[in-house]
Amino acid sequence: MIDVALEPVQPHFARLVVAEGRLPRWAPALTAVVSLAAAGLAGLGLGWSPVAVVAGAAALHAVGVPAWSAVVENGRAAVDRLATSLVWVALAVALVPLVSLIRQVVVLGAHQIDGEFLTWSMRNVVGSGGGIYHAVVGTVLITLATTAISVPVGLLAAIYLVEYGGGSRTASTLRFMVDVMTGIPSIVAGLFAYAVFALLLGPGIHLGIGGSVALSLLMVPIVVRSAEEMLRLVPVELREASYALGVPKWRTVVRVVLPAARAGILTGVTLAIARVVGETAPLLIIAGATDSVNTNLFGGQMESLPVFIYYSYTQPGLHPQYAQGHAWGAALVLIAIVVLLNLAARTLGRLLALRVNRRR
Amino acid sequence: MAKSIEVSDLDIYYGDFLAVEGVSMRIPARSVTALIGPSGCGKSSFLRSLNRMHEVVPGARVRGTVAVDGQSLYDAAVDPVEVRRQIGMVFQRPNPFPTMSIYHNVLAGMRLNNRRIPRAEADDVVERSLRGANLWEEVKDRLNKPGKDLSGGQQQRLCIARAIAVRPQVLLMDEPCSALDPISTSAIEALIDELRRDYTIVIVTHNMQQAARVSQDTAFFNLAAAGGPGRLVEMNPTRQVFASPDNPDTEAYVSGRFG
Repeated sequence: MIDVALEPVQPHFARLVVAEGRLPRWAPALTAVVSLAAAGLAGLGLGWSPVAVVAGAAALHAVGVPAWSAVVENGRAAVDRLATSLVWVALAVALVPLVSLIRQVVVLGAHQIDGEFLTWSMRNVVGSGGGIYHAVVGTVLITLATTAISVPVGLLAAIYLVEYGGGSRTASTLRFMVDVMTGIPSIVAGLFAYAVFALLLGPGIHLGIGGSVALSLLMVPIVVRSAEEMLRLVPVELREASYALGVPKWRTVVRVVLPAARAGILTGVTLAIARVVGETAPLLIIAGATDSVNTNLFGGQMESLPVFIYYSYTQPGLHPQYAQGHAWGAALVLIAIVVLLNLAARTLGRLLALRVNRRR
Repeated sequence: MAKSIEVSDLDIYYGDFLAVEGVSMRIPARSVTALIGPSGCGKSSFLRSLNRMHEVVPGARVRGTVAVDGQSLYDAAVDPVEVRRQIGMVFQRPNPFPTMSIYHNVLAGMRLNNRRIPRAEADDVVERSLRGANLWEEVKDRLNKPGKDLSGGQQQRLCIARAIAVRPQVLLMDEPCSALDPISTSAIEALIDELRRDYTIVIVTHNMQQAARVSQDTAFFNLAAAGGPGRLVEMNPTRQVFASPDNPDTEAYVSGRFG
């Protein structure tokens, strides 16, 4: 037997050490302001650049808050403050290039964009004027054709991997090949497509569809990978429920598994499109470059936005100030397309995830 | 339309692993047969072999015969898809189709098989099946809501409605109440008792009181040895299995002395 001493419990909770000193909630903000002011003063005196002032302020802040905390609070809280400061600094550092890139493109490109810029081609334009209509048309057509090639191939391959391949040798080989394909340099994809079309149609060939084939080599593995992940997320119970109703396997895949995974698959496809829409190297080789609008994927050179940007900047011709302005304007349009695609993917994914077949 | 099932010398393999050995039993029509036994003794494998659902697992195969009213399920000429259309199944965890409404979940067996049915007939099937599953009164005003919005017990009854909508001859239930609370469980048990009039029901359960409550016959499965295959120890009318079983192992299990 253990003796349990039943002494009356004293109401001594108030003395429980939980209410140590705490920094006020505005302490980090105040430290930030003070750090910035101190670094600014030092910067004025020593002639630092704004970047150096901000970096100095960040360093002061990262040291100042934990030091203050160590005095008022305790050691654990000080370490917590230090880690929080470091996380914020890391976030800011990661955002710097992104924000600066977007700012640069908007500053240099925004004033380029007007009706003429979006609706004219560069045909017979020397100097000012002209637009990127031909490049937008080329990019849209080549990307659409790429999607039309990649989505069926990638989706069917993913269905094979998840539903039919299992752990078979074919499936693991295919999975390995897809992984390898993910790492193919885009220039190699361009050379491959050029080689194929040169063999078929003779050397020196430039075709929009060739660009689509090259981009498909880059897009298929992304689609396979994302669709495979999404199909794997569909619970086995759903497939069993369908089989138990006497539904054949292929129809289970088409009517039960794919609808359950459609939101994720569509998001993956859209992100894959966003990934290849900015590819330059393969298109330089196989799709070529032109100043005219070409809507025929199967005949003649086809301009695209990345190629337009590349040539406008590297070979600006007689009036470099106009050509380089065009390049920045086109870059802004390209970024806008990618951002819109990403937003569309998110919206579509959310809508489809919510939507249920509500029709009676 | 309910049919009896004759099983003789059934062995179930997963690859080279013998999971169930030498099961012979006769499952009577229009009656509830409960399969009980400790975990891993092969009750679920046996149940799934009755409508060839075990074939979903790669490498699974059987030896022996399963015959429904004299028609062998494992003849080379028999299509497993056709077997499953006639022998429905309800699973341990409720699994309504998340992309479908309650209405379409009930009709899934027909719509997924691309059977076209007129609207009025479809409405009839939905109402009859939901009434059959004791769910109609609770959901009749929200048939177009997603099946996933229902509670667990309602989802399981929706799955039963989905299974009986295609008018199967046999209904297999794999621990249908193990994920449900006592109130939902008693609703399902009452339903099983009603369904018995029209269907041949085989139910796997871990709950011996449930077996005693709902079944007319009980089959007790056990492992021959640790790691060995599962075997049918005894099959008798439920009353006898729980009162005076033939086999001492059965008595030890149902009286709670092991398992």
